[in-house]
Amino acid sequence: MAGYTHSEVLVSTEWVANHLTDPNVRIVEVDVDTKAYSEGHVPGAIAWAWNTQLCDTVRRDILSKSKMEELLSSSGVSPNTTLIIYGDNNNWFAAWAVWQAKLYGHHDVRLMNGGRKKWLSEGRDLSTDTPQPPRTQYQASDADLSLRAYLPQVQEASINRSASLVDVRSPQEFTGEILAPPGLPETCQRGGHVPGARNVPWSKACNDDGTFKSADELRAIYSSESIDGSKPVIAYCRIGERSSHTWFVLKYLLGFDNVTNYDGSWTEWGNLVGADLERGPVPKGTK
Amino acid sequence: MNTKAEEFQERQLTVAGWPVNLTSYRLGGEWHCKADNVSPGASLVRTTGATRQEAEDKAVTRAEALLARTKRHVI
Repeated sequence: MAGYTHSEVLVSTEWVANHLTDPNVRIVEVDVDTKAYSEGHVPGAIAWAWNTQLCDTVRRDILSKSKMEELLSSSGVSPNTTLIIYGDNNNWFAAWAVWQAKLYGHHDVRLMNGGRKKWLSEGRDLSTDTPQPPRTQYQASDADLSLRAYLPQVQEASINRSASLVDVRSPQEFTGEILAPPGLPETCQRGGHVPGARNVPWSKACNDDGTFKSADELRAIYSSESIDGSKPVIAYCRIGERSSHTWFVLKYLLGFDNVTNYDGSWTEWGNLVGADLERGPVPKGTK
Repeated sequence: MNTKAEEFQERQLTVAGWPVNLTSYRLGGEWHCKADNVSPGASLVRTTGATRQEAEDKAVTRAEALLARTKRHVI
C-alpha cells in the first residue's frame, strides 16, 4: 500500500466493508466530535469516547493498564482480535487510540485509511445500532514507554538537540499568533513552540479524501524539515492527539525506529514556570 | 437502522476571518452539516436541517460565534 514500511497497520474502507461480520475483527469509531457516532457509523462498530474512555479523567494521563484492560474486555477484544479503528477529522483521535493500544501491547491494531469522512463520502452503509460485544478478559502488557515522551526527554532534546522535535500544530499555533485552534478554548498561558522544534502540521500527511499520502510524498515532507529518522523523533501538538497521528505516520508508514509521542504537548510546555520558548517561524536555512 | 450518506459535499469559506470547511450530506430525509476550522481541522459544530442550506446556515452562524472569540496575539 503506497510504499509504506508497515502497510499492515492500515486497511482500506473496502477492506472494512468486506470484514463487517468477521468474528475476529472488532471495529471501533473514535471521534473528536463524540456525537458523530450516533448519527450513523460503520455497521457493527462500537464507539470509544476520547474524553472519557481514552484518558484518565482525574489525573492528566493516558489510561492505566487496568483501565485499558477494562476497555478492551468490555469491547469484546481478545489479544488475537484484529482491532480496526477509525474516526472523524482524518483519524485524529483514532490515532490516539491506536497509540494507546500499541502502548499496552495489542499486536494487531490498524487504522482505516481515510477514516469516517471517506466512509461517508463513498456512500457506504451506516448503522445506528449499538452492538453489545461479548465480554472478554483482556490482559494487557505493561506500558511500552519507548512510544511515549515525558517532559524531561523533551527538555533534553530541546537543550542538546538529541532528538528531532516536530510540532504538528498549525503554523499560527507554532508561531504563537494563537494559543489554541480557532474557535477552541485557550488552554495555555503562552504561545510559541519548544525551542528547536520544527513545524510540520499533521494535515500535511493527508490527501483531500482523508487518506495518507504515499511514502515518497511523506518522506519528502518530513525530510524538508530535517525529520528523516537519523535521530530519535518526538512529536507533539496541543494535547497529544494530533501528534499521535504524526507518530503513526513516522513510526509505521515511514518506519522510523525511534518515534515518541509527547502527549503533555503544548498544554504542558506552554504552562511551565521558567521554561524557554520560541516565537515566530523557524528562520529559513536552519538545520 | 441502516442508511448511507448521500449528496456528500465539502466546501470552504471564510467565517470571522478564519477558513472553515463545511461538510454536508443527507441521511434519509435529514441534512447534516459539520463545520471545522480547516487548520488544524477541529470540529466546531454539527447541525441538522430540512435542507442543505438550512443545516449549513446553522453551522455557519454557530461557527462564527466561536471563531469570533479567537484572539490573535502579536508575535
